[in-house]
Amino acid sequence: MSREQWGSRTGFILAAVGSAVGLGNIWRFPYVTYENGGGAFFIPYLFAMLTAGIPFMILEFTLGHKYRSGAPKTLASLNRRFEWLGWFQVMISAVIACYYVVVIAWAISYCYFAFSQSWGDDSNSFFFGTFLGLTSDNAPSRLGDLRWNLLLPLSIAWAATYVATYRGVQGGIEKINKILMPLLFLLVLYLIARIAFLPGALDGINWMFAPDFSKIWDPKVWSAAYGQIFFTLSVGFAIMLSYASFLPEKSDINNNAFMTVLMNCGFSMLAGIMVFGALGYMAHAQGTALTEVVSSGVGLAFVTLPTAINLLPAPGIMGPLFFLALVFAGVSSHISIAQAVITGLMDKLGWNRHQASTLFCTLGFLISLLFITQGGLLLLDLVDYFINNVALLGACLLELLLAGWLCRLTDFQRHANRLSEFRVGNWWLFCIRFVSVGILLILLFNNILGAFRENYGGYANHEIYFIGWGMIGIMLILALSINAASRQESRL
Amino acid sequence: MSTGAIIMMIIGLGLTWGGAAVCLGIALKSRKGK
Repeated sequence: MSREQWGSRTGFILAAVGSAVGLGNIWRFPYVTYENGGGAFFIPYLFAMLTAGIPFMILEFTLGHKYRSGAPKTLASLNRRFEWLGWFQVMISAVIACYYVVVIAWAISYCYFAFSQSWGDDSNSFFFGTFLGLTSDNAPSRLGDLRWNLLLPLSIAWAATYVATYRGVQGGIEKINKILMPLLFLLVLYLIARIAFLPGALDGINWMFAPDFSKIWDPKVWSAAYGQIFFTLSVGFAIMLSYASFLPEKSDINNNAFMTVLMNCGFSMLAGIMVFGALGYMAHAQGTALTEVVSSGVGLAFVTLPTAINLLPAPGIMGPLFFLALVFAGVSSHISIAQAVITGLMDKLGWNRHQASTLFCTLGFLISLLFITQGGLLLLDLVDYFINNVALLGACLLELLLAGWLCRLTDFQRHANRLSEFRVGNWWLFCIRFVSVGILLILLFNNILGAFRENYGGYANHEIYFIGWGMIGIMLILALSINAASRQESRL
Repeated sequence: MSTGAIIMMIIGLGLTWGGAAVCLGIALKSRKGK
């Protein structure tokens, strides 16, 4: 059977950008910028984009296009002993798919709440108490009851991913991204246009962009810049390998990778203007300093911004539009995460798309029920910390070591240059072999040390060891077992 | 907004969206050439 293909180059680029542009662009990037020198942060950030983000994206597009398969088969083609790394990456995607969808479910609920600002004046106690039902008794290991109010939005989010992945690359993923991505950009531009002229908004934007150049000599700022680039691009966990494996034979690689990364980083900046504009207006309206209202992550999206929405003119329109933007950004990323797992299953086990999609989305839905319990947020927080800071960075590092040091990287360079509209030179080899590997080694070492030294989030030791490290251990054992079984099978 | 903030905003948006526009131009030119 011939492999599915993208229907057009635009479809592929929009899907790749849709994968990279996610919740993190909206709720993580603006805060990281603000925390690390404001506008001055763009110097290390753009440097990291050029020396790590773009080279890694070119590598993933090249490998996916050359071997035309998902992560396990691609990495096995590089070296049979490393098939496990492909499975490990697929498992990272599977775990992320199960909790990421819960945040989309929250955003869907808030999209509805925003019409009447159901969160009232105290958005903090509404989100944690009324909405999530979180109590002081809950912990990652004491989840409490299922929150039935989240079942419908969770089902809607999974249904969107199921329909897209079930209908295939051209008929599902490409079509949905061709609708969602232009809409997302238009939504963000509209929100910026409405927010930027409100009193205090420009002060908020100024807080984000005003450069503090003394910070660029701080190694932590550079580490934050590279960390942000690795987190934002969907590289190193099977997604871009899977998407690139559906590229037609004669496809550009280098220019597509440049466009994907540049648009993703550009979108982050637009999201920053939107978020800080709203925060600036909120600080102005409340008569407080911006430093008192600024936040990131779940707190920014579901506590701070709802308060800001209360103060906006026409909150019944602006509120739903903001949460709709979150839903669009989340769904396009979730589809790509699920597709990474589905491609792995289809390529390795010979399943058809319908079987793989149905099995994964059903199992994923059941597992994600764990995260819509009273203590689900705490479990999500702990799992996300270990997946992002340890498993993902480790998988990125090993993939780069494998491609850059154990394989002939010049072969991949030739493959990428053969069909591309412009060529990449020796700088690309240097960035993959030295810059990206070196930075990832430092980041991973620091993260592992940090995870052992401090009790992340104040969680109990047994939760950190059994849930955090235990999950990574189980993923490793499973991946290595599949690799061993594959090698035994091929010997027979 | 301060001048520094405006300059950094132009640099950030210019390099990313400007870069993407240049790449798009290259892609369109190559399509025309085929």
